[in-house]
Amino acid sequence: MIDRVCGPYALWPAVLGILLLPAPASLLAQDTTGGRAVYVKWCAGCHGDAGAGDGPAAAYMLPRPRNFTGGLYKIRTTASGQLPTDADLERVIDDGLPGSAMPGWKGRLSDTERRQVMAYVKTFSSFFADTSQHVVPLKFSSPPGGGTGAAALKVGRQFYDSIGCRKCHGDQGRGDGPSAPTLKDDSDFPIFAADLHQNWRFRGGGSVEDIYRRLRTGLDGTPMPSFADLIDQKFLTDEELWRLAQYVRSLSPAAPPGVRDVVHAPQIAGTVPASPDDSTWARVARYWFPLVGQVIHQSRWFAPAVSGVWVQALHDGKTLALRVTWDDRTQSPDTTWLRFEQRILETVADDSAPPPLKAEPWPDQLAVQFPRRLAQGSGGMERPYFLMGATTDPVYQWRWTSRPRRAFAGLARGIERFDTLSGAPAGQATYDHGEWRLVLTRALATPDTANEVQLEAGRAIPMAFFAWDGSSGEHGSRMAVSTWYFLALDRPTPPGVFISPVLAMFVTLGLGLVVVRRAQRRGARHVS
Amino acid sequence: MRKLGAVAATGAVLALALAAWTRQPSPPAQGGGTISGKVKFTGTKPAMPKIDMTEEPKCKAKYQGVPTEETVVVNANGTLANVFVYVKSGLPGSYTAPAPAGPVTLDQDGCRYHPHVLGIQVGQGLAIKNSDGILHNIKAKAKANRPFNISQPSVMTSTKTFDKPEVMVPLECNVHGWMHAWLGVLPHPFFGVSGADGSFTLKGLPPGTYTIEAWHERYGAQTASVTVAGSETKTADFSFAAK
Repeated sequence: MIDRVCGPYALWPAVLGILLLPAPASLLAQDTTGGRAVYVKWCAGCHGDAGAGDGPAAAYMLPRPRNFTGGLYKIRTTASGQLPTDADLERVIDDGLPGSAMPGWKGRLSDTERRQVMAYVKTFSSFFADTSQHVVPLKFSSPPGGGTGAAALKVGRQFYDSIGCRKCHGDQGRGDGPSAPTLKDDSDFPIFAADLHQNWRFRGGGSVEDIYRRLRTGLDGTPMPSFADLIDQKFLTDEELWRLAQYVRSLSPAAPPGVRDVVHAPQIAGTVPASPDDSTWARVARYWFPLVGQVIHQSRWFAPAVSGVWVQALHDGKTLALRVTWDDRTQSPDTTWLRFEQRILETVADDSAPPPLKAEPWPDQLAVQFPRRLAQGSGGMERPYFLMGATTDPVYQWRWTSRPRRAFAGLARGIERFDTLSGAPAGQATYDHGEWRLVLTRALATPDTANEVQLEAGRAIPMAFFAWDGSSGEHGSRMAVSTWYFLALDRPTPPGVFISPVLAMFVTLGLGLVVVRRAQRRGARHVS
Repeated sequence: MRKLGAVAATGAVLALALAAWTRQPSPPAQGGGTISGKVKFTGTKPAMPKIDMTEEPKCKAKYQGVPTEETVVVNANGTLANVFVYVKSGLPGSYTAPAPAGPVTLDQDGCRYHPHVLGIQVGQGLAIKNSDGILHNIKAKAKANRPFNISQPSVMTSTKTFDKPEVMVPLECNVHGWMHAWLGVLPHPFFGVSGADGSFTLKGLPPGTYTIEAWHERYGAQTASVTVAGSETKTADFSFAAK
């Protein structure tokens, strides 16, 4: 009865609504059902059901997942404060944001799914439905040539100083400037000034074009401003802004570092350099090993400060020198960063009980790990547990701390237990504008063959790395870890390698001559 | 019955809209009512953190002693400065006020903002001036408006406008983490900031009953209802207590 009465009338508001509402065609055309399904399945875990950047996983991340409700995006081609274009959003969904937890979705979601979820994400902010918003991509010029030349880089460096990049990014660009410890994003979370030596971790891409665009647009929601106005105000020219981008690009390697499994330690004549600033190191190949947060044992750590280490090795037949360099914004303990550490503790969830509440002046630390003994014979490559061994199967480690400044060795039996050994490597370290350079040296052969790995040339010696940034609250299990890699001490080439071919040549020549002579004599007899 | 109701409702809405349209007053430049008052402060005045300007000698040189933050500024007469007082509601829905042609200036001098709290009309220019000649960035953390974050590495002025009313827009400099200012954006000119004597004045109000809000960055907001008729002056005092 009620149905019969209400039914036909109930449709009226809907029909009227459709007829009367001047809804933009683009919105009417968009069906967000598909996008919503993709979002709920793949995105909500981090970004939250309502797009507020507060999914269950968000609390473990730094940087935090994007809060979509404000319509505020870091990586755009539009002016500061403007909404991103659809293409801007698509690029981030497709390729992800390097240096953050956001992966690229190109291979995982179909073209349609990615477009649908992009449209759905826009519904979280009313700004996208506001037709008074002008979403206009900026017109970007092309880079002027000569961008890697000394003259161009000099101009770039000049503007790096004059527009104050160093205030946050530091004198050498490793994110260690005087304002860096005070930085917050728009949600009041602590934020690091980018380390400009690691362009492969730049959210918006590491090419010179990407860097130029970020200078023009700024990174909305972060302390990084737009520098576009400076061109209008004639403070610098567009070309000079390009030079700055080229200078910033020059701070990183030409190509992102690839990971090679084996560190080759060439043998040198004389003695190995014990100082990290010895000029010899400039001629030694360096190897990059990425580090990740320790997320296996309590307390887990999802926001490691050290993203990787560069490793070089040399030996002289008696001693090994291992040079490890890594970027670290702070020479910990550093009281000027205590408040920043406090904010990290308050921002990044921690599963230890009780969770650490107060920032403490922890030192920086580095560990290099080996098995105690190399597998004998052809017994394969069985190695101890990579995460600092186990109670029954310990690992041999070198450890270095920034305060007190010392190097020591010991056996680790899991993360919790470390027993110091009497023998220790020698350690020399330099801290220089956001970079630690450390050289550890130790005799190849030691008396304690039961506990200390014997560094034999020609063997693949398993090796792993761990790093702690004290000013990010890292200590104990809150650390960055690598998996097992290898160290190989090259054997000097034996002299025989060079002499034998020459000998062989002479022998062959001699034998040949003998044969020829005999043949000639025989021939001579026949003739006579 | 249902139809009749709908027709009646539509009629009423139309009638109201028409009434509002015909009643639309042009904002009285002179005359009109005035609401004025003082913002008192009770309790112990909190100590403001000192600002370490060692990194910026140019700014540091502008102070005799050690500058402090301006979160709570209590005047000598026991009143509270930097309280933003404005008409929150009560103006006819159709009320419009054109934005003044001249901009409001926000100066960065001595690595602090002057003024610390200010108001502006929708569409009016905010001239952001760098008198320090060192790098400042100016970030407007707007929510209703689009935000912005621009840099000023030398003596220069940049002008920005805001499209929508918003109380308050936080302004900050990230190079100098202590630099904060607060901007109230309103669709009308009826706002003021309590000054060095703790007083404020809202002038030229059309007759009506208004909700006046007094906003302070630490102590929050209070409201008062005030009715003005003709060109009379009414008093609205506020009082904030130390927390």
